[in-house]
Amino acid sequence: MMILEADRLAITFGGVRAIDGVSISIASGQVFSIIGPNGSGKTTLLNLVSGIYTPLDGSIRLAGETVTGLAPDQLARRGLSRTFQNLQIFSHMSVLKNVMVGRHRHERTGILADLLHWPSVARQNQATREAARVALARVGLADLAERPAGSLDYGALKRLEIARALASEPTVLLLDEPAAGCNPVETQEIDHVIRSIVKEGITVVLVEHDMRLVMNISDRVHVLARGRTLAEGTPQQVRSNVEVIEAYLGVHGSQEAAHAFD
Amino acid sequence: MSLRALLEIRLLPAILVAAIVIILPLFFPSAYYYRIGALVFIFALAVVGLNLLMGFAGQVSLGHAGFLGIGAYSVAIGPVHFGAPSWLCLFVGAILSGAVAFAVGRPILKLKGHYLAVATLGFGLLVAIVLTNEAGWTGGPDGMNVPALTLFGWRVHGSDAWYWIAGATFVGGFLLALNLMESPTGRALQAIHDSEIAARVLGIDVARKKLTIFIISAMYASVAGSFLALFNGLITPDVAGFLGSIELVAMVVLGGMGSIFGSLVGAAVLVVLPQVLTIFHEYEQALLGLIVMVFMIFLRQGIVPSVTVALAGWRK
Amino acid sequence: MAELLQFVFSGLTVGAIYALVALGFTLIYNASDIINFAQGEFVMLGGMTTVFMALAGVPLPLAALIAIIVTTGVGLALHRFAIEPARGASSVALIMITIGASVFLRGVAQVVFDKRFHSLPPLFGADSIQFGGAAILPQSLVVLAGATVIVILLWLFVERTLLGKAVIATAANRLAARLIGVDTRRIVDFSFAVSAAIGAIAGILITPITLTSYDVGTLLALKGFAAAMLGGIGSPLGAVVGGLLIGMIEALSAGYLSSSYKDAVAFLIILVVLVAMPQGLFGRVKVERV
Repeated sequence: MMILEADRLAITFGGVRAIDGVSISIASGQVFSIIGPNGSGKTTLLNLVSGIYTPLDGSIRLAGETVTGLAPDQLARRGLSRTFQNLQIFSHMSVLKNVMVGRHRHERTGILADLLHWPSVARQNQATREAARVALARVGLADLAERPAGSLDYGALKRLEIARALASEPTVLLLDEPAAGCNPVETQEIDHVIRSIVKEGITVVLVEHDMRLVMNISDRVHVLARGRTLAEGTPQQVRSNVEVIEAYLGVHGSQEAAHAFD
Repeated sequence: MSLRALLEIRLLPAILVAAIVIILPLFFPSAYYYRIGALVFIFALAVVGLNLLMGFAGQVSLGHAGFLGIGAYSVAIGPVHFGAPSWLCLFVGAILSGAVAFAVGRPILKLKGHYLAVATLGFGLLVAIVLTNEAGWTGGPDGMNVPALTLFGWRVHGSDAWYWIAGATFVGGFLLALNLMESPTGRALQAIHDSEIAARVLGIDVARKKLTIFIISAMYASVAGSFLALFNGLITPDVAGFLGSIELVAMVVLGGMGSIFGSLVGAAVLVVLPQVLTIFHEYEQALLGLIVMVFMIFLRQGIVPSVTVALAGWRK
Repeated sequence: MAELLQFVFSGLTVGAIYALVALGFTLIYNASDIINFAQGEFVMLGGMTTVFMALAGVPLPLAALIAIIVTTGVGLALHRFAIEPARGASSVALIMITIGASVFLRGVAQVVFDKRFHSLPPLFGADSIQFGGAAILPQSLVVLAGATVIVILLWLFVERTLLGKAVIATAANRLAARLIGVDTRRIVDFSFAVSAAIGAIAGILITPITLTSYDVGTLLALKGFAAAMLGGIGSPLGAVVGGLLIGMIEALSAGYLSSSYKDAVAFLIILVVLVAMPQGLFGRVKVERV
């Protein structure tokens, strides 16, 4: 079953076609990676799919239902969650509370109950706290639960964002460069986390520059260049695609290309 | 019970504040102090509401005195023109403020930063202009007399009576704010403050949450305004004016954005200061402006959070 | 018809002042992204300082010059002592600083000067000129001429001088400007000084018509901001057009609808513009990056 489909998406910024007729089709339970040189439109594609941008053209379907033009919070309530390339942490809140916010779509209290602290709110808080702790433990941050989120180091913040998204129990999780800026050990941890997520049946859409991670973990890889689809296939197929090699050599120099095919 | 366990009681701050309200009069040498105390709690109530909006949800309002004005004139116009009981008018005023906040907030809360600041400032001035111009209803720039509050046949008058009413209401408002912050809505609001975009992808309807807190904070201000009018027995459009709004913001900033207890501290400082320093009268505006500037430049956290941090450092 | 002409003319006159306030906003905003709510106080300071210098026996032209210099000094001080130390603060914190500055300046003016309304003698007498049935104050023409000269000078400065080009570069991209050697701090200094001077001149020009007092700044700032917003924040052309439009709408609604609600008009415009077309008439749309 296709859990997430985008059909001929397009968006322009100041006349430039940032995404130009890109279609993707993601099967449930897969790891689907989107790669491409810098500026090829990877993050823009994620922003379209998660409702942050509204496409100029094209349509998006989530679990068979057309969701084009829906706001991010509406999509989130339908089970789509994501992390951000440049972190979006609630830095004034504790680590645990950050993740508790992730439970928001499962919380069922009204404003009056919240103001009066009715027993339902106390129960709700307890349930939310427990679920958040579980999510924190999954990314290895259980020990830091009470720390202010602003005090964590970069690698931990990356995992905190994943925990927060996981707490919302998504069916589809979009990860925007989870390993960027991470050392090899941290990247390895992210690799484990993603595998455990997939094991639960959550579909993962991964935008990532670290080719080793992408090639190890992906079921399918979609290559973008200048806002268009360059290729799509299994890691093996993409790895041996001449155009992909050229795109990386041409735009990025030999280093990344070498990196991509080591 | 260990000290630590005691400190973790959720309602401890509310109990402390209630204790302050009860114990303070033991040190009052004269009835005049009840008057100051009542004013502090009335303003603190409005400041708690504004702090929920500014400190927690991160949305600035430079027109909150407008809601103070709506509350104040509700308990003046209702009894005078319609013969309605004051207590009923207080509730009607709060609901009216909430309704106005809903109507105004829906479009303007989409705005950010200085746009929101200007829009709310414009709203506050609009209220003041209406109150000044509709002289047939409001008595115009000279204001109008406000009939005293009567509760169950008891005519509320005297500073001590108002001290207890304002104090009790403040403790109530304080408690509600505390509850709200430890609830799903409260967490969503704090999240919006730090990153709207992250809040949205986690399923939070940002516009709706902002509107909710705007309405709640407007109702806090409205009740405070009603109290102010009933307590003073006289009300002028100045209550809703630009300086009124800035004073409320200064109280929030002074006590500490996001510190509910700080709301009381901020209100206390700015209510008591003019009473203590006679020189303050002439320089009131200049000092008010200076306080806002100095705190925003050097002490952006405000008094209570700064003291808390200092104490925590000292204990280590 | 004569009535309409009358309203249009008085609208253009106050509109010219709003345009100057809006230009002041625009200059500072372009150089530093700061909305300076104390902009109206510059206008007040210009008028009040001139009035009190003149009362002290200083000849009017010299009094006006001193007022412009004093206000420029205040503008510079505002940047150096209130804005600079708060570098890196959020936009809301910066707004509150300038609002604090605005209230502070009002408070000081109230003590240094007084709380009464004051006027200045008009430059060419108070006898109005008849034009198409409308009575036009000569001072109105002075205001319009003054505003025009300021706009032209500002334009020439930006187009023809190196410093002007540095201002443009800073407005376009602060980091890039710094990289090519523009001292952006000095540019912001400069924008505060020029904004203050323009405000002071506006205050001196308009005082003979509308009078001045310590608290005229808030309304002027708001209307100037409404003008800048209507024109599209950051656009000098928009500031001028927006100012004239707001002045006209205000004068016409005061004439035909209700004079007691003329101040409300600007705020309604603010609210409508903000909600319906936040980019204004000549502004650019910004895309939020994630």
